[in-house]
Amino acid sequence: MRGFIRELSKNKVMFLMLAPVVVFFAIFAYVPMAGVYYAFTNYDPNVSMFKNEFVGMQNFDFLFESGALWTITRNTILYNLAFIFIGNFLQIVCAIFLSELPGKWFKKTAQSVMFLPYFISFVLVGAFVFNLFSTDNGVVNTLLEKLGMEPYDFYLNTAPWKYIIVFFNVWKGLGYGTVIYLAAIMSISDEYHEAAKIDGASIFQRIRFITIPMLMPTFILLLLLALGGILKGQFDLFYQIVGDNGMLFDATDVIDTYVFRALTGNFDVGMGTAAGFYQSFFGLILVLSVNYIIRKTREDYAVF
Amino acid sequence: MRIKTEKSTVAFNTIGYIVLTFLTVICLIPFWVVLTGSVTPELEIINEGFKLWPNELTFEAYRSMMTNPGVIVRAYEVSIVLTVTGTALSLFLTAMAGYVLSRKDFKYRNGFSFYIYFTLLFSGGLIPWYILIVKDLQMKDSYMALLLPFLVSAWNIILMKGFMKSIPEDINESAKIDGAGDFTIFIKLILPLSTPGLATIGLFVALQYWNEWFLANLFITTADKYPLQFLLYRTLASAEALKTNIALSLNADTKPPSETLKMAAAVVATGPIVFLYPFVQRFFVKGLLIGSVKG
Repeated sequence: MRGFIRELSKNKVMFLMLAPVVVFFAIFAYVPMAGVYYAFTNYDPNVSMFKNEFVGMQNFDFLFESGALWTITRNTILYNLAFIFIGNFLQIVCAIFLSELPGKWFKKTAQSVMFLPYFISFVLVGAFVFNLFSTDNGVVNTLLEKLGMEPYDFYLNTAPWKYIIVFFNVWKGLGYGTVIYLAAIMSISDEYHEAAKIDGASIFQRIRFITIPMLMPTFILLLLLALGGILKGQFDLFYQIVGDNGMLFDATDVIDTYVFRALTGNFDVGMGTAAGFYQSFFGLILVLSVNYIIRKTREDYAVF
Repeated sequence: MRIKTEKSTVAFNTIGYIVLTFLTVICLIPFWVVLTGSVTPELEIINEGFKLWPNELTFEAYRSMMTNPGVIVRAYEVSIVLTVTGTALSLFLTAMAGYVLSRKDFKYRNGFSFYIYFTLLFSGGLIPWYILIVKDLQMKDSYMALLLPFLVSAWNIILMKGFMKSIPEDINESAKIDGAGDFTIFIKLILPLSTPGLATIGLFVALQYWNEWFLANLFITTADKYPLQFLLYRTLASAEALKTNIALSLNADTKPPSETLKMAAAVVATGPIVFLYPFVQRFFVKGLLIGSVKG
């Protein structure tokens, strides 16, 4: 403690420079952590936090028994896996083409256009979905009718939404991820490719045996980081696309949307906090295990 | 000299052009459909639905929006002020923290780094956070609720610290010998040297403030405090937010369009980003390249 005080007076300015951020996280991140106590109570808005009636694991029991926890966990994990694998696959493909194709103008245009979705709000993505899939006026139904087919009521059927949600997520992140992989490709020394060319390797062979193996560390790092956050994710995307359409929840509800509804729909504080706590707790365990794996395999990439 | 192109290279190029063209078109189609949707006559949409290619062009939706532009102008004001203030403040705090944590002679840098990093690992969740802001901080329906909750992010501080670590430590020492204080060093030497990092993180933050609708959805109840994207969200949800305002300024019989109005609102709310982004994109790509090469 003495050492800390001496350090404090010696480096007053630096402590002052750090102070706003420290205070910010104390208020907006650490205080709410104490709020997980709500998960074990029967919430009453009129009393202060620790005066709420303590009910033990009752909220968690109810979540388990209602089956909700299973559905939202399964959906969250499956969606994230689809996002990770389909997203990274397309990003790698685009990055390889952008680095190898001739035609500067074409590549610049393609890259710019693919980056565009990254910049728009999820509200606009919601507008796209409405415009494309709305039952009465949607573009898809207009096209189906033109082809003499029956219109399809997207908002009553769960089946297509998995694809729509995955599509728009991949669509929005394509340009951003492509740039990351492009950076990785650009850091590969030209000598490898030159040597392979002299040995008579075709472009497919060079990509197969040089580029892709060299991209693997980047992919694995992104993969591990994403796996750590697999219980979280993309509230904006789900909420703007599906909203409060209860018909589709079986295929579209994830932990984040469930907690949001507990807050804004029925203000079920105990249950919503319990679901959030479950997400955060298992998320923490996942991150720690993933970091452990990174440290074992590639020490310099470990986050801590 | 003629360069002989191998057959496999020709095949590769063909596939490449096809795939990239396809993806480019896919990325553009939604934008196109919203744009054409906003200039199709309302009746055509009701009868035949949204189309890739409207039979007729009309600017009716834009015209009726302009009969009472107050709502939109107000939302623009809120979003612009919020983006500018939020980004400036956030960047300043993030840079200061990043600088202190990048200083090797700052003894507690690991402890404080973990204090900040831990907030990414574990959180109390949405509901305790909401109760804090509404009940304890009393920020419901205030601009503070739009500005403060996401002001600094642990992730950006870590990125900033990474950028600043690449600035040679000697600069601090030689400036200190010349009698400069830590804050002066930060403002006069470190900030100018960190421009690429500042630009990249600044753009991340600006984009986040500009596209913000979530905080408004939770905390804002007064219509003239709506930021742009939240106004758009309300318009899409019902078209009422805009329609009632427009109907007030029209005579009672004329009904403002609603389907095309939604699309026009989407265009108006998104316009600036689409025009700015080619310029912004360059910085972004550069920043990302620097950032990811460093790891």
